[in-house]
Formats: sequence, structure tokens, C-alpha cells
Amino acid sequence: MIWLNQVIQGVLLGGYYALIACGLSFMFGVMRVINLAHGDLGILAAFLVWAIVEHSGMSPFLALAIVLPLMGALGWLMQRAMLERSLRAGVLVPLLTTFGLAIVIQNLLFEQFGADTRSLAPAIGDLAFDSWSLGSQIYIGKLAGLIFAVAVVLLGGLQLFLARTGLGRAIRAVAEDPDTAELVGVDSRTVYAAAAAIAVMTVAVGGTFLGMRATFAPYAGPAQLIFAFEAVVIGGIGSMWGTLAGGVALGIAQNLGAQIAPNGFLIAGHAVFLAVLGARVAAGERGLRALFGRAA
Amino acid sequence: MARASEQLPGDRSILAAEGVSKRFGALRVLEQVDFAVAAGEAVGIVGPNGAGKTTLLNVLAGAYAASAGTVRFRGANVTSSGAAERCRLGLARSHQVPRPFGGMTVFENTLVAASAGGGLRGATACERALDSLELCGMLRLANRRAESLGLLDRKRLELARALATGPTVLLLDEIGGGLTDAEADELVGAILGLRERGIALVWIEHLVHVLVRVVTRLVCMDAGRIIADGAPEAVMADAAVIDAYLGQGVA
Repeated sequence: MIWLNQVIQGVLLGGYYALIACGLSFMFGVMRVINLAHGDLGILAAFLVWAIVEHSGMSPFLALAIVLPLMGALGWLMQRAMLERSLRAGVLVPLLTTFGLAIVIQNLLFEQFGADTRSLAPAIGDLAFDSWSLGSQIYIGKLAGLIFAVAVVLLGGLQLFLARTGLGRAIRAVAEDPDTAELVGVDSRTVYAAAAAIAVMTVAVGGTFLGMRATFAPYAGPAQLIFAFEAVVIGGIGSMWGTLAGGVALGIAQNLGAQIAPNGFLIAGHAVFLAVLGARVAAGERGLRALFGRAA
Repeated sequence: MARASEQLPGDRSILAAEGVSKRFGALRVLEQVDFAVAAGEAVGIVGPNGAGKTTLLNVLAGAYAASAGTVRFRGANVTSSGAAERCRLGLARSHQVPRPFGGMTVFENTLVAASAGGGLRGATACERALDSLELCGMLRLANRRAESLGLLDRKRLELARALATGPTVLLLDEIGGGLTDAEADELVGAILGLRERGIALVWIEHLVHVLVRVVTRLVCMDAGRIIADGAPEAVMADAAVIDAYLGQGVA
């Protein structure tokens, strides 16, 4: 029963990992950029939500509705003003610029909010600790359930958006072959900027949920980036359901690891990540193609 | 040798390159090329490998920026416009080696072109996409993933996708290459259908016997220049063309 409980909690935790991972996967799938500032953008969103909640006393969910378009605009700007230029200089330069952006965001947050850890949990009342009971030993946290449901809806929505809408198809076309997409009339610069905006908005949702289920501080971004990165590598890049599966696998591994040994939480997650990465490399070209798959 | 400018007064041409040069570093691929196409006209471009034919197409389509000279399309100077912008104005291009969006279905390939290049939405975009597939004989494969297609079907899709953007001028790069005669025949049927719709064609092709079934004017390039331009029979009989095309001494 304890083990089953850990698996269930792992699945729910995986929903959170999928939320922070899907934007990372999306940006890599479309633009071939690994955004090292991804986690910090999530933390930035959490701080913005926190600041609005502190000043106005409104619900964090409402505050998130205000922060989302701002983060979308930031993503658009980040692509047009920064990544677009770095992409022209080869694959390594965007890695460096997003690394720089990460440091800038961390230090701006530190300047503005100080080193204290914050949480949005007090602002969501009972939701932070309420749970449904399934039998005597299994409890499902309402917040964890909500996060998982949001992850499924968001990832499913993104998948549907890519498959069914004009912009979604244009994003897939550009992800496959930007030059040919241009030749059939797709403005790849606009498409890239839209993809960046979407990616940053998804991590804003993830960052806000992090703030609700735990605490965050200005330098908390890189740790979230690592979880996102691990979920993406386990699930494969480009497929939204793969990202969810990767997040869930990571969450289960961590929870089972914690059950085996007190400090097994992180170690088990890293071990599964390394094992999957190793298997993909060992499988040669086919394994790597599964990892670097298409945007849809 | 007849010059394009004598046959085509400027006001009749829909697409024109004026004094266009293209260099890649020290390599001069196009040298002061003047080339014009009238609305609805079908022009074939021939010439030996390395003559600059594909580069000319790329400069016309906006895939490459010209090093010098001007490109005009439908009366506007489009020299500094990108490929996407020219496509939306009605200039489409197909690749020598087809480049379908492999992870998308055949229908989605044309739908992207109809909405992005053709500026259409919803049901109108779907109609255009299906219409293009039908004209190219691809309707039966509409739901197949493009990466699963064979060469002939890839070429058909390449044509259908360019067509779906709603072009007034279509640039074709060796679309008949690598096909059997029977397959090339089928493709010619589709291309003749485009002409009937009033779409102007600029068609690079090594298979001259295929080309002359469609085009009414032939241009021969060699070493980055246009060396002959006129009626197909006249160009093919031109001594300079035979010299360039078949190698010195054959003529």
C-alpha cells in the first residue's frame, strides 16, 4: 500500500514536471534552442504572481491570469531581441545567451525581492493541504490533483493546437524545415516568436504551481531547469504526451527512491535520467532520433 | 541571339531580374543577368551544370539575396523582400529534390501553403489545398504522411504545395529529374493544367524533350550568363548553345 501510494504521488508530481518541461521541449523542437533560462522564467512568473497577491490580496489564480500575457510578451521579446540574433551565430551562442539571461533574471529577482524564500501556499487557503482519501493509507492532495489535471489539459491543448490550427501547422512546418516554410509563405520570425511566447507562458503556469505546492527563491530556477531537462530527455523532445510520460517517470522514480532511502529522492530521479540517456545513446541513431523528434 | 528585352517590353513582364549578379565569396555564379517573364508565359531554362540556373531561381524566389541588380514582381521592387513575402505576393518555387514537411500529412502540407502563402482561412484554405492536390493527382494520398511517399509522389506534392499558395508565377527546378518517361508524362499533364489556369512558369529542366511540350520560350544559361533566349527550336539550334550544352567540338 505504501508503495502504491508512492507511485500515485509520483504520477501527480510528474504532472508538475511536465508543466515545467513542455516549454523547454517545445522551444527545442521548434527553434533548436535549449533555453537555460527556462527555470528562471518560471521563478520570475512565481515572483510576479506573489507580488500581485501581496499588494492586492487577490487570488494567485487571478494574478496568474494577469501575469500570463506579460510572460507571453516577454517570451516574444526574448526571441525577437535576443535569440533570433544569437541563432544566426550558430548553435552554441543561444546556449550562452540564455545562460546569461538566467543569471540576469536571478540577480534582478535577488535585487528586487531579497534572498528570502516565498510561497504562494498561504494565499490559496485549504487547497494547499486538503486531500481526498482513497482507503486508509492513500491520500490525493487536491492541489497535486489540480496540477496534474492542468498539465494534462495544457499538454493536450498544445497538441491539439499544433495539429488543428493554422499557426500550429505553421509552427510544425518551420520546426521541420524553416527555409522551405519560408518558400510557402510562412514568416518564420513571427512563428518563432509565437513559439517562444507559448513556451514562456507554459513555464509561467509551472512556476506559479511551484509557488503553491512549495517554496521558491531568486536562485531556485536552475534546479527546476534540471527537473524539466530530465523529464524532456526521458520522454523525448517534441511530443507533448512524451513530455508528460517523462515527467511521470521522473516523479515515480523520485518517490520510489525516497521510499527506499531518505536521500534517494533526487538520486533515483537522476539515475533514471542517466539510464534513459545512456540507452538512447547506446541505441545509436534510432535512439537519438527518438530523443530529438519532431515538434508534433 | 534575341534578347528578352526586345520581346518583352517592361510593362508586360510580371517577373523580372535586371542586371542581377550573385557571388558566393569569390565565386561569381550570376553575372549581370537580365531576365523577364510575361504574365501567363511559360519559359524553360536550360544549360550545363553549374550554369547558375538554380541560383537564378533562388534569387528570383528570394531564397538568396542578389549581390547586385534588381528583382521586380508585379510592378514592385522586391529585391530586399524575403521568400515568404514574395510567396504571399504570388511567387512560388519548387525544389529539385522535393522537400515535403515529412511529419505532416500530404493534405497538411498543402494546407500550410494555402493558409500561409495564399492568405486563406478555414474552409477556403481547405478547398484550395484539396483543389491543388486534385490537379496534381494526389487527392487519393491526402491522409498519408509525406515522409512515406515515393519520388514521383513527392514531386507531385512539391508541385501541389507550390500551387496551393496561389501563385501567378511558379518557379520549377528540375521537377522531371529522376523520373521515368511515363512518370514525367504524368507530371507534364499536371503542369499543362497549371498553364491553362494562366499561371506563368519558369522551368529549369535537363529533359529538353519534356520541357518543349510545355514552354513557348527557351533560355539557355552558361557560366552565369544568359547566352540564348527565344523560340525553343531557334535556341536549340543556336551554335553557342550547342557549344555550351554539349561541350566544345560537338558542334
